[in-house]
Amino acid sequence: MIAARGRPFPLRFFEYAGGLVELLEDSLRYILTLRFRPSQVLSQAYFLIVQSLPIIVLTSGFTGLVISLETVAQAVAYGFSNLIGGSVAYGTVRELGPMLTAIVFAGRAGAAITAQLGSMVVTEQIEAYQSMGSSPTKVLVVPRLLACVIGLPMLTIFADIIAVYGGYYMAWLQVHLSSHAYWNSVQNFIGFDDFAKGLFKAAVFGLIVALVACYEGFRTQGGAEGVGRVTTQAVVTSIILIFAFNFALSFVLFR
Amino acid sequence: MVLRSDDVDTSVMVSSADRETAAAPGIPPPEDVAMSMQHAYLLYGKKTVLSDCSLDCKRGEVTCVIGLSGAGKSTILRLINGLRRPQGGHIYVNGSDIVGLPERDLIEVRKKMGFAFQGAALFDSLTVTENVSYPLYEHTKLSPDEIEKRVDDTLESLGLSDVADRLPAELSGGMQKRVGFARAIVNEPEIILFDEPTTGLDPIMTNVITDTIRTIQSKLHATSVVVMHDMPSVYAIADNIAMLFEGTIIASGPAKDFRRSQNPIIQQFLQGSEVGPIPL
Repeated sequence: MIAARGRPFPLRFFEYAGGLVELLEDSLRYILTLRFRPSQVLSQAYFLIVQSLPIIVLTSGFTGLVISLETVAQAVAYGFSNLIGGSVAYGTVRELGPMLTAIVFAGRAGAAITAQLGSMVVTEQIEAYQSMGSSPTKVLVVPRLLACVIGLPMLTIFADIIAVYGGYYMAWLQVHLSSHAYWNSVQNFIGFDDFAKGLFKAAVFGLIVALVACYEGFRTQGGAEGVGRVTTQAVVTSIILIFAFNFALSFVLFR
Repeated sequence: MVLRSDDVDTSVMVSSADRETAAAPGIPPPEDVAMSMQHAYLLYGKKTVLSDCSLDCKRGEVTCVIGLSGAGKSTILRLINGLRRPQGGHIYVNGSDIVGLPERDLIEVRKKMGFAFQGAALFDSLTVTENVSYPLYEHTKLSPDEIEKRVDDTLESLGLSDVADRLPAELSGGMQKRVGFARAIVNEPEIILFDEPTTGLDPIMTNVITDTIRTIQSKLHATSVVVMHDMPSVYAIADNIAMLFEGTIIASGPAKDFRRSQNPIIQQFLQGSEVGPIPL
């Protein structure tokens, strides 16, 4: 990696992708053979997932409110008030819920992972693990990976529910849409299938955020400036990959 | 993957004569040599860090590697531990060449080594006790009670019992180094690597650290490789001294003979003179 910068972009791209795949493969070896400490996974889940809940609640709540705000005006104008609930839920559960949650998560939890691991590289803590015959992948990556893959779908459930409720609140506030009409529309538009596929997407996004964040953290060179650089890079890369994979998964799952 | 220890640019080549030396088969060292580095080459990018570097460390003795700052002394420790891989040459640890060993096998080699880092490299989210007990939980089947006793004994022997429950950030630099020592020796390794143990410490703490290394050595009889350039400390602890200059070990031998060396580079270094063959 040291000489990576300055090489042609395709070479760097495949080197980066190869590095991510290798990190995933290394992690899966420990996960599939159950060589990790559940207490470390729980500890990471608390820090990465539970502590992300407030910001996820806020962002998803506002997302539901704004979707409903825009939809209600159009629906009332064209006489389709009975579709408000469905349109909010449809967009949220299949697309916006998983994707926006993942983006906010990348900004909060992904950045935290990269900064933490980057600081550990700078202070030789990663080398300390290696020098003692410990695998940093096993000790540091696997707990974060599991916490993100399991935890992000859970956050997405919260985000979906809050966004759809937010949509209802806005519809009621604007046009006094009845509870029955709103929830009936929600039921007509989305099924368990949509919900499950949305959560599957969230799990993939959790994997992306954790892998990219850990990979970038381990690539840290230099001091504080290096940590800042890789942290920014981790968030940017995660967000780009989340958008790209969201399109690819929607194409495959919902076509 | 990034954690692999061979992240060096192999596209930069050494000269053909050097390549031949580096590619020559290694010679397994005699039984009394615990670590033998033979014709090691290491480059970072286009910079040659080590060039035809050879060093033998006798079993149960302390070998101090001295040299200018930035000469590559710490890199030698990382090569011995397998944290870095040379582009050429051989490194024998307890009779086995570790160059080219897969990461999985290197883990077994590292379990028998302790590494005390220059900046201590303590895990900042763990207490002193948790730091020191980490290798035992990771690599032994000792019960928690046995681990607790071993850790308590180790901390006591290094005068650290009072700080057992503190976090690394709450300790002075000297104490952090001693905790780093405790972590490095708690599983009684056969080889201990000390990276600049006295750098940045006041004279009193330097003496404390020097005494600590002597205590550890007399207790464990391990093979120790110490990188440092504080000569009074070197003379106090070293059985053998090796001098690294421009990427290679230019002289090595018993500590008592080293002072009498006629090599002008060694003499300039020992005297701390600005005048001599060492470029400033």
